[in-house]
Amino acid sequence: MTFNKNRRRFLAGASIALAAPAIIGRVQAATDDIKFVSILDQSGGLDIYGKPMVDTTKLAIEEINADGGLLGRQIDLKVYDPQSSIQLYTQFATQAAAGDKADVVHAGITSASREAIRPTLARFQTLYFYNVLYEGGVCDFNCFCTGSTPAQTVEKLVPYTMNKWGKKVYVVAADYNYGQITAQWVQKYVSDNGGEVVETEFFPLDVTNFGTTIKKIQAAKPDMVMSALVGGAHVSFYRQYAAAGMNQSVPIASTTFGIGNEHKLISGEEGDGMICAYSYFEEIESEANASFTSRFKDSMGDDAPALNELAARSYEAAYLWAEAVKQAGSIDRMQVIEVLRTGLSIDGPSGTVAIEPKTNHALQNVYLAELKDQSFNIVESYEAQPPTDTLLVCDLVGNPNQSTFYFQNGLEAAGIEIQ
Amino acid sequence: MDLNLVIALGIQIIYGIANLTLISLGLAIIFGMMRVINLAHGEFIMLGGYTVVISTNAGVNIWISMLIVAPVVVGVIGVLVERLLIRWLYGRMIDTLLATWGLSLLLIGLVTSIFGASTATTISPPLGVVSIGDYTSSAYELLLIGITVALCLIIFLTLKLTRLGLIARGTMQNEEMASALGVSTPRIYMLTFGFGAAISGFAGGLLAPVTGVLPTIGVAYIAKSFITVISGGAVILAGTVSASAVLGGVNGIVSFLTGPTIGEVALLFAAILLLRLMPRGITGRFFRKGL
Repeated sequence: MTFNKNRRRFLAGASIALAAPAIIGRVQAATDDIKFVSILDQSGGLDIYGKPMVDTTKLAIEEINADGGLLGRQIDLKVYDPQSSIQLYTQFATQAAAGDKADVVHAGITSASREAIRPTLARFQTLYFYNVLYEGGVCDFNCFCTGSTPAQTVEKLVPYTMNKWGKKVYVVAADYNYGQITAQWVQKYVSDNGGEVVETEFFPLDVTNFGTTIKKIQAAKPDMVMSALVGGAHVSFYRQYAAAGMNQSVPIASTTFGIGNEHKLISGEEGDGMICAYSYFEEIESEANASFTSRFKDSMGDDAPALNELAARSYEAAYLWAEAVKQAGSIDRMQVIEVLRTGLSIDGPSGTVAIEPKTNHALQNVYLAELKDQSFNIVESYEAQPPTDTLLVCDLVGNPNQSTFYFQNGLEAAGIEIQ
Repeated sequence: MDLNLVIALGIQIIYGIANLTLISLGLAIIFGMMRVINLAHGEFIMLGGYTVVISTNAGVNIWISMLIVAPVVVGVIGVLVERLLIRWLYGRMIDTLLATWGLSLLLIGLVTSIFGASTATTISPPLGVVSIGDYTSSAYELLLIGITVALCLIIFLTLKLTRLGLIARGTMQNEEMASALGVSTPRIYMLTFGFGAAISGFAGGLLAPVTGVLPTIGVAYIAKSFITVISGGAVILAGTVSASAVLGGVNGIVSFLTGPTIGEVALLFAAILLLRLMPRGITGRFFRKGL
């Protein structure tokens, strides 16, 4: 314990000591490659999310480099593996900002990891992209959150599934900030649509036995289950649910299922009928997506994992940043941020993705899909959805000098009351 | 609360207890008999799961791969590990701890690089659903309870009635005396470690259809099985079963009444209380003469 504390103190001291040289160093490095750092879990329980994200980031950087790079310079991609440990996130973020003098950092999977590194990157004034769907509420001039948020996805998912299945909803969620806050969003949208959340349960990330919960669901007799479970161990829930025959009687909708390619891990019979909403599915039918998936398969060969929102958005976010650098004609952080905040957009495999300047979030397409035989069939699509959740609390146009996570303690900050 | 719910919940709690026993037995044998703390225990369970998935996908009957292939493969791996790693470290508890931790990381890394971070475990046992009034349980869970009981019986009878069991117990009690009586003690250690590993592999194989396999799944098991074995104390079978009953029972009941987070906390709290009151585990006070 004391060792840890001392080390942390040492790191904090070292960070301050290194901050000044970092700025000088950046000028000196101007003739070298552009430094793109990615910090994503490739081992430990979160690797089911992180590995495809790293694969698509590599593909994007390779393509940009093969196309002549940016501003006549090549991009040097450096990938760190924080091994699903928050402590390593902080360490690598400091290393990326102070040691590598990164021009941009794309990092973080869980909201916990994002909140561990966001302040560090803001302090070092290192441009930061977070490319994962999350609970909303980050309001940070230096940080671009390109993933979808509950107002874009859950807001569509809840009424659609409630109309289809019924108004009594049972919520199961992962026990950390994402699950807790998403459960509140679900509660809000369920009551907005005249339904009722009969019970909400939270699970630590290493729980693998869901038997008692399944009995509680049977006792509560809901019309549907809404799942915000996260990580490899939680995949057990869907299998045990199906093994008890529950998938035939009480269907599941989820805000997370599929983004770790869970639909490929369980069988068709176990997963059929689940409904999810994301801003990207591999099954989207468009030329841009067909070309993206085939390029990805070519680069990965037989080992290519399935593509999901996290993977596709990591790819698109790399291009968003590259486009901003091109238009700014510079890698200077402020100039790049200014270009991004003009509402910069790119056309990617998911459709058009544009930066929304009040929140530094993304306007993006959202798709609703139903699982059948390990594939998602898209049933509804919505174009250019704004992040209305974060817009409730965040206005970076009015006050750019912010670096706050407003939903830290739940949705009260947005004036939303949860009973 | 109606009667059906009580029955369904009762079965669920017994399943929780059986589950805890199943994942802890392999560790209990290795720790209880050899005083080796095997931090790669979770990975032995994980390897059992992978063995079942791979052999089933290769066309082996799922029951054969769960009941025979998984324990045999992981047992052989256990024997190899004992020969190459553990036997050099007997009596050096901290060193074995470090070595098996390293082994655990190595196995996770190896499996990840061979099979990738996530593996499709689309195998499911061809068993249906059992209804109790409005409630349903998976028949496979009931089978797992039965298998766990049978496994405990087999271990009990092996240790109690067979010559091998007698020699093994003798070696663990007094190695020098056993060796003076002509027992090859290194061989007994090797077999015991292999046997413990085989049981971990067996557990992993049986759990693969309900939890799925991932290179990192061992982490979810190791802490719980350690707590169970330590709370149980030195007597292998009686200790593991009684500790599983206490901890699994507390976990199941509290999870039902409050929620899984508090349920996990209650399990850990029960273990702390237990060890405070009985520092040598349950079998330090009760069932001392048991097996």
